[in-house]
Amino acid sequence: MGVAYGGVASAAGCCENNVVVYASIAVEAAPQEQVDEVVETQRPWITIVWNDPINLMSYVTYVFMTYFHFSREKAEKLMNDVHHEGRAVVSSGTREEMERDVSAMHSYGLWATLQRDD
Amino acid sequence: MTYGFQRTATGRVVLRVDDVERGLLMSVARQVMDLVQPAEASPDQDPLAAQVGWVDGDVGISDDPAVARLLPDAYDDPDDARDFRRFTENDLRQSKMQHAMTVLEEIERSGEKVSVTSTDSWLGLLNDARIAIGTRIQISEDNHGELAELPDDDPRSGLFHFYDWLTFLQESLVRCMTPALYGFSDDNVPVAEDEE
Repeated sequence: MGVAYGGVASAAGCCENNVVVYASIAVEAAPQEQVDEVVETQRPWITIVWNDPINLMSYVTYVFMTYFHFSREKAEKLMNDVHHEGRAVVSSGTREEMERDVSAMHSYGLWATLQRDD
Repeated sequence: MTYGFQRTATGRVVLRVDDVERGLLMSVARQVMDLVQPAEASPDQDPLAAQVGWVDGDVGISDDPAVARLLPDAYDDPDDARDFRRFTENDLRQSKMQHAMTVLEEIERSGEKVSVTSTDSWLGLLNDARIAIGTRIQISEDNHGELAELPDDDPRSGLFHFYDWLTFLQESLVRCMTPALYGFSDDNVPVAEDEE
C-alpha cells in the first residue's frame, strides 16, 4: 500500500488519465492520517543547504530554480531562509535521492548535507 | 574593466575581456584545477576501485580550508561522511575540473569577445574560484568594508579586489541567465552588439 501511494502521487503529475482517476479513488478511500504516515515513512531523509558568506544570493536562487525546478518564489524563499536562518531544507526523499541532491549542490558549490528527518 | 557578461540581440552570451583580464581568468581556472585535481593513484591501489573512480584507503576532509569548502562533508557523522566521500569525491573533483577546462577552452578559442556557451561551467568555475579565494582571505558576512580598505601592501588586498571582480562577473552571468530575478524582461537585459 505504501509503495502504491508513492507511485500514484508522483505519477499523477504526468496527467495520464487513467492514473489520475486511480489516484483520486485511492486518496478518497484512505483516511488523511494514513496518507501522512505513509508519506513520512517514505521520505525519511532531507537535504539541508547551509549559509556561507561567499555564495551569491542570486546564484543560490538560480541553482534552486535550475536543479530543483522550483518556481522563482519558492527558490527565493528558500534562499532567504538559508541567508537569514542559516539553513533551509531543500528536498526530502530516500537516502539515495538525498545523496544525489547533496552531490549536485556540492558540484554547484553550495554547502549541503543530508540527514534523517527527525 | 569589463561590462561583465552580456546577452547579444540574438541571445548569445558574451564576455568582453582585455589581455590582462583574459590572463587572470585563465590563471584562476588553472589554480582551481590544481586545487581540485584528483590525487595520483598509488601503485598499490585496487585497480577495480581506481577504474570506477572510488578512492581507496582512508579519505577525510582536507586540512586546506579552501579545499575543505570545495569538497565538503555530506554528513555530520564522520563514518557516513568518509564512506560518501570514498564513493563520490572523485566525481566531484572531475566535475569541477571539467568546469575549469571548459572555461579555459572557451577563452582560448576566442579573442577579446569570449563566446560563452557552457554557462553552467562558467558559473561553476567562477563560484569555485570565489570559494577558494574567499576562504583564503577569510571573508565573512560583515568584513567586506574592512578588506576593501586594507593597505595595498597587504597581500589580502589584491586578492580581495580580484575576488570582488569575480563576484561582479558571476553576478552579471546569473543576471544573463535569470532576467526575471532582477525585474528585467528578456528584452531589457544589457545587450551587447552582435557584430561578427
